[in-house]
Amino acid sequence: MLEYDIVVIGGGQAGLAAAIEAKKNGIDSIIIIERDKELGGILQQCIHNGFGVHEFGEELTGTEYAERFIDQVNTYDIECKLVTMVLRITNKKIVEVVNSEDGYMCIKAKSIILAMGCRERTRGAIIIPGTRPSGIFTAGAAQRIINMEGYLIGKKVFILGSGDIGLIMARRLTLEGAKVLGVAEILEYSSGLSRNIVQCLDDFNIPLLLGHTVTSILGKDRIEGVVVAKVDKNRKPIKESEKIYECDTLLLSVGLIPENELSKDVKIRIDSNTGGPIVNQIMETSINGIFACGNVVHVHDLADYVSEESKRAGRNAAKYVKGEIKNSKNVIGIISGKGIRYVVPHYIGVDDIEEYIDLFMRVDRVYENIRLSVISEAEILKEVFRKRVCPGEMQKIKLPLFHFKDRKISSIKIEVREGG
Amino acid sequence: MKEENIICIACPLGCNLQIIRNRSSIIIKGNRCKKGEDYAIREVTNPTRILTTTVKINNSFLNRLPVRTNKPIPKDKIFKCMELINSIEIDAPVKIGDVILKKTLGLNVDVVASRSMKKV
Repeated sequence: MLEYDIVVIGGGQAGLAAAIEAKKNGIDSIIIIERDKELGGILQQCIHNGFGVHEFGEELTGTEYAERFIDQVNTYDIECKLVTMVLRITNKKIVEVVNSEDGYMCIKAKSIILAMGCRERTRGAIIIPGTRPSGIFTAGAAQRIINMEGYLIGKKVFILGSGDIGLIMARRLTLEGAKVLGVAEILEYSSGLSRNIVQCLDDFNIPLLLGHTVTSILGKDRIEGVVVAKVDKNRKPIKESEKIYECDTLLLSVGLIPENELSKDVKIRIDSNTGGPIVNQIMETSINGIFACGNVVHVHDLADYVSEESKRAGRNAAKYVKGEIKNSKNVIGIISGKGIRYVVPHYIGVDDIEEYIDLFMRVDRVYENIRLSVISEAEILKEVFRKRVCPGEMQKIKLPLFHFKDRKISSIKIEVREGG
Repeated sequence: MKEENIICIACPLGCNLQIIRNRSSIIIKGNRCKKGEDYAIREVTNPTRILTTTVKINNSFLNRLPVRTNKPIPKDKIFKCMELINSIEIDAPVKIGDVILKKTLGLNVDVVASRSMKKV
C-alpha cells in the first residue's frame, strides 16, 4: 500500500493552500488527489478579477490567483495525482482512489485534508413547474462552458437567483453579445456581493427584480420563456403580478452545497446549517487527524478567506503528523446567538489554540448599525461595529489567545446587537 | 453642492461611499482605504473598468484562453474592445502575462493572458 504523511483530497484553492502550508511546516510526504485534468478547481473558470486583495495586495483574476498557488506547488515539488477520483476514505485513514492509469489504489495516510469544495444547488430547477426543455443551466456550469470550452449557451437569457456566480454570468453573457433580460431574487436583498451588483448589473442596465421568482417554464424542446411573479411576505407568488419573459436560456444561481459524500460515508459529524463538517479552530473534524477546509466546510464568498482557513488546516495537519496536537478534553463550545445563522469553527480546543482564533459567520438577514458581540456568560469578550451586514457577506472576527488562557470558559456566544 | 451614494467596487468589501461635490472640490466619505477614494473620484469623472474575457486559442486542451486588460479602460470602450478581442486567434503555448494585444484601441493598455496554457 502507498503511504503518505498527508493526503489532500481536492486540488482547488483549499487543497493547494493547505498542501503548500503543510509542506512549509516541515512535511515532505504529501499528495494531492484531483479529479480534473489540472489543478486550480473552480478558479480556472473564474476569469473575472477581484481575487487576492487580502492575500497578495493586488487584484487578480481567478485564473491568475490559482496559477500563483499552482506555481508554488510545483516549486515545492508537491506530488499530485490528476484525473483521479477518491472513492472512499476509512476511519483508519486509508484513501481508496481510482484512475485509468493506476487502476484502483489504497493510500495510507497519517492525516487527511478534505478539500472537495462545493457543488451547485439545482433544486430551484426541480421545483419550478412547467415543461423540461433544454436551455436551463446552473450558473457555474454555464461559466465553464463559456469561459473554458468556448460555447455561448444562449442569446436571450433570464437569471434566477442573485448569487455571485449568477451576477458575474450576467455580465459575461452581455459582453459576449447575449441579452440578459433580468435577474430575479426571491428575497428582498441580493445574496451576492454589492460590488457585483454594481459592476455586473448596474453597469449594463440589467434589472434586478428583488422579491420575484420564476413560477413557470415555457417551451417544449428548447426553453421559450419564463413566467416571473412578485412574491408576498411569505414568499408565495402573487398570481396577478405574473409576467412572461421570452428567452432561450434560464440560468440558476440558487446557492452552493458543500460536497460531503466522502465525509458522510466515514461518519464525520456534519453541521446541518452549513452542510459541512463540524470543526474546531484548527479545522479538525470529529475524527482526529482528518482536517477540512474551504467550501467543503462552509461556502465562502472570498477566495482569500478560503486560503486563510486552508493554511490553518495545512499547518495543523503538519503538527498532527509531528504529534504536536494535544486534542485534550478542554473545549469551549461556540453558540450562534440572536441574528447569527452559523459560526465556523463550531468549538475551540483550548490546548491547541494558536495566537488567535478567526471566527467566520453569517447573519440571518440584513441589519444596519449593529454590533457583533462575542459573549461569555455575561462578559463581552469582543465587540465589532458594522454599518451594514447581510447574509451574502461573511463576517470575520479575530479573537486573541489571551481571552482563553488560564480561564474556565465552557462556551462563548456570538450575537447581533442592534442600536448603536 | 451635489451628493451621491455609490458602492465601492475596488475590492469585495463593497463600502458605501458618499460623494459630495462642490463647484471646485470632491469630498469622499465612507471609504475604508485610499483605493476607495480613487475609485469614487474616477467614477464621477471618468469611469473605468478592468475588462476580463477570453480569446480563441489553438493547439491546447481548452478552447479559450482567459485574458484581461492590464489597466482599467474607459467604460464606454468596453464593447469596442470585446469586438477586437473576439476577432483574433492565438496559438498555444502561452505564458501568464504574455501580451495578446498591444496598445489596445490606441489606449495605453495591453490585453494580457491571465493564465498559462500548454501546447498539446
